[in-house]
Amino acid sequence: MRYAETGFNLEVDLSRGNIEKVATDPKDTELYLGGLGTNTKIFWDRVSPEVDAFSPENLLIFGTGLLCGTPATGCNRTIVTTISPQTKLMAFSMMGGYWAPELKYAGYDKVILRGKSKDLVYLWINNDKVEIRDASHLKGKGAIETAELIRKELKQPKAQVSAIGLAGENRVFYASVEQGRSSASRGGIGAVMGDKKIKAIVVRGTKDIHIAKPEKFMELCYEVMDYIKWREDHPIPGVTPILAILGSPQEMAIHDEKWHTENFSWGNARTRRRDFWTDDVSEEWLETMTKARTRLISCYNCSIACGATISMPGLSTYMMKCFTKLTYTMAAFSNLEFGLTIAHHATEYGVDGYSAPQTMAFALELLENGILTDKDFPDMPEDNEGKFFYLLDKIVRREGIGDILADGTYWAAKRIGNGAEEYAHNNIKKSEQLPLKLSMLNPIYFLMYCTGEKMNITQIEGQFPQAAFPKKEHREKFVKDWFQVPDEKFKKYFVDWEPRGENSNPYYPTPEITCDIVDWQEKMHYIDDALGMCAGLSSFHLKPPYHIHNIPKMMAAAAGIDMDEEKLSQGAKRYRTLVRAVNMSRGMKRKDEKPPEDHWKKRFPELEKELLDTYYKYKGWNNDGVPTKESLHDLGLDYVAKELIARGFLSDDEYSSGKETSKVRETN
Amino acid sequence: MSDNIEKKIIKTIKIDVDKCHGCRACELICSAVHAIPKYSSNNPARSRIRIIRDPMRDIYVPVFAGEYTVAECAGRDVYTIDGKEYDECSFCRASCPSRDEFKEPDSGLPLKCDMCEEEDEPLCVKWCTVDALIVEEREEEVEEPDEVQEQEELELGLGSLADKYGLDKLMDTVARLSEKE
Repeated sequence: MRYAETGFNLEVDLSRGNIEKVATDPKDTELYLGGLGTNTKIFWDRVSPEVDAFSPENLLIFGTGLLCGTPATGCNRTIVTTISPQTKLMAFSMMGGYWAPELKYAGYDKVILRGKSKDLVYLWINNDKVEIRDASHLKGKGAIETAELIRKELKQPKAQVSAIGLAGENRVFYASVEQGRSSASRGGIGAVMGDKKIKAIVVRGTKDIHIAKPEKFMELCYEVMDYIKWREDHPIPGVTPILAILGSPQEMAIHDEKWHTENFSWGNARTRRRDFWTDDVSEEWLETMTKARTRLISCYNCSIACGATISMPGLSTYMMKCFTKLTYTMAAFSNLEFGLTIAHHATEYGVDGYSAPQTMAFALELLENGILTDKDFPDMPEDNEGKFFYLLDKIVRREGIGDILADGTYWAAKRIGNGAEEYAHNNIKKSEQLPLKLSMLNPIYFLMYCTGEKMNITQIEGQFPQAAFPKKEHREKFVKDWFQVPDEKFKKYFVDWEPRGENSNPYYPTPEITCDIVDWQEKMHYIDDALGMCAGLSSFHLKPPYHIHNIPKMMAAAAGIDMDEEKLSQGAKRYRTLVRAVNMSRGMKRKDEKPPEDHWKKRFPELEKELLDTYYKYKGWNNDGVPTKESLHDLGLDYVAKELIARGFLSDDEYSSGKETSKVRETN
Repeated sequence: MSDNIEKKIIKTIKIDVDKCHGCRACELICSAVHAIPKYSSNNPARSRIRIIRDPMRDIYVPVFAGEYTVAECAGRDVYTIDGKEYDECSFCRASCPSRDEFKEPDSGLPLKCDMCEEEDEPLCVKWCTVDALIVEEREEEVEEPDEVQEQEELELGLGSLADKYGLDKLMDTVARLSEKE
């Protein structure tokens, strides 16, 4: 008997219409932990580096976390993995909501899609009954609308639906998969779904998920719940509102947007508005939000309620969470009412809330600077808001200039030429980033931006404060009840970190200390992504309820696998290294591992090189960022080393880092 | 009218539909605590509480499993509350043939809330940290019918059955039922 997981994957070949229920190897769970970990293992085994995003051989994996469907609060994430059309690397976007637990209750840990359907279809999974159904009547429908229509046609109000909108159907490179209150947005996963001509995956399940050691597991779950309650009553002082309390940034509940609106950049990630947040703005936005928000809503088995149902006048209801609240508003230099209105369209079309607004602001900047002309924007309205609605429509339909912009700023700039590339200035690894432009280089953030493979800072940062606290007494107070640290040394790192003087950015934390901190931050995210745990209760936060000390115990009690802190750290490292191996074999290079040029005003090339050199070594990667044969061996990944050597990404005699490999294949 | 009035402690769960976030922790934990052995499995389809949930229409109604009924009722009314339309069934606690709620998924046998008798409090209430579910204990005066009244009611009932089916058929049926007992 399998515990916490079902032990079965659903394999669907869309080209042939073949569906199979396949038993999985429990050993893989022990080694790769589940969720993104086992997704990655399948990817490595079955998708070779030659396979493109839109090739039938590309897999689209909807994986559930190992603890989804159990009483572990907030553990409900679906981890979607495929090749991104935008970055050409492995994309692994995640979503909360209700879909993953429902799939587990239906009896599957993953749905693995391969091939391409000839016509638009949807997949209907009802426990053991699985069918591919015609979706021609859903062509062009909004993602939320699609879910409603399918639930009605199947007479299954409890079915959970992951669907794409028009953007996915038209293979927009930043199309999302929407699931009511949540979406898997990064990396253009929706485009791959559209390419495979699968409009939605619908699930209903009424089976059991078993727990290996029920009493022990519940004891641990109650500890987590009690701590969540305690944290509610004890917000962390001295940090921004969204970091003080738990939750996937509580943008729907928190009204004070001074920090975001004055510190993040507006337009095409250009303009800081340091005095933006006035009493008048505050009052106006509060009124907008109060009128729009019908209810704060949660994901499955979580009381935090980070999402909200939003109803704007004359538009159907949609659900929102997090920072999409502001991305459209700030890209268009507009107000919250505009932001919430266009986000309705964007959600139904199914596009990423970072990339879409930024691509539109980028297009308008090119127009202002004469790189694009009025002829490229026929019949575009005069007003700023109107322009954004116009562009969004063009993009999701891939009409005119929209066809170029649908590839995102990096590829659009290449196609437009004529100096456009300078305007695609806020990307890492071809993917649009948060519009944050700061002054002094922060070594911790430098390494996270460089080496993060989820292309999103919020999916690697956390645990450690984002900046030094002004006074030593505050720092000492902060570390007092900081039991989440994996080692006491982290407390000292933080107490010693000062906003100014010798022990401040960029030279403190030192490269060695920075490596420790970044590795801890990243590790916790990888653990979450294997378990299906929400980062909003775990890795993203300071002092979260889930941490390196209780997670191994929970895994052992729920799944009945032998697990401790060391084994868990090793498992996370193993599959994180495998992610890197996939991406390196797909042509990712050291030169790609850099933040946008203008992310910080004050840059330190020598220090930055030292940071990256030190971190690569720390991670067991060579100077090109490729995992060494030795480190792969230590992780039991000799089969990966063999393949990397055969493909010329690693040389056979390379046992330690530091040696340049000359055989690295040039791609792109 | 009977004079026999007794005081009884009634334990109920108060439901605040405005506070519900729709997280379904109540369903999950109900299924877990009623698993054998306790907490050994999770499956909201076995739960004795269900959230009647329609996020697009802002409808969130936690309902507890009540009595089993063989036949569905005629209730097809629609209630409009605060501008939202609710089916009559949204508030109904019955395990009834008209819907899937409150039936064991394997056997189809009816489920009924037992207020988690063996726990300190119903676990759905404990797990509802937003207080949409609150246990309430209140003293109620309950009329206990006396014997004369009971006899009168019995005769009235039997009389109406005899009118409907005829006395012979009624007597045959009573005889057959008593054999079964």
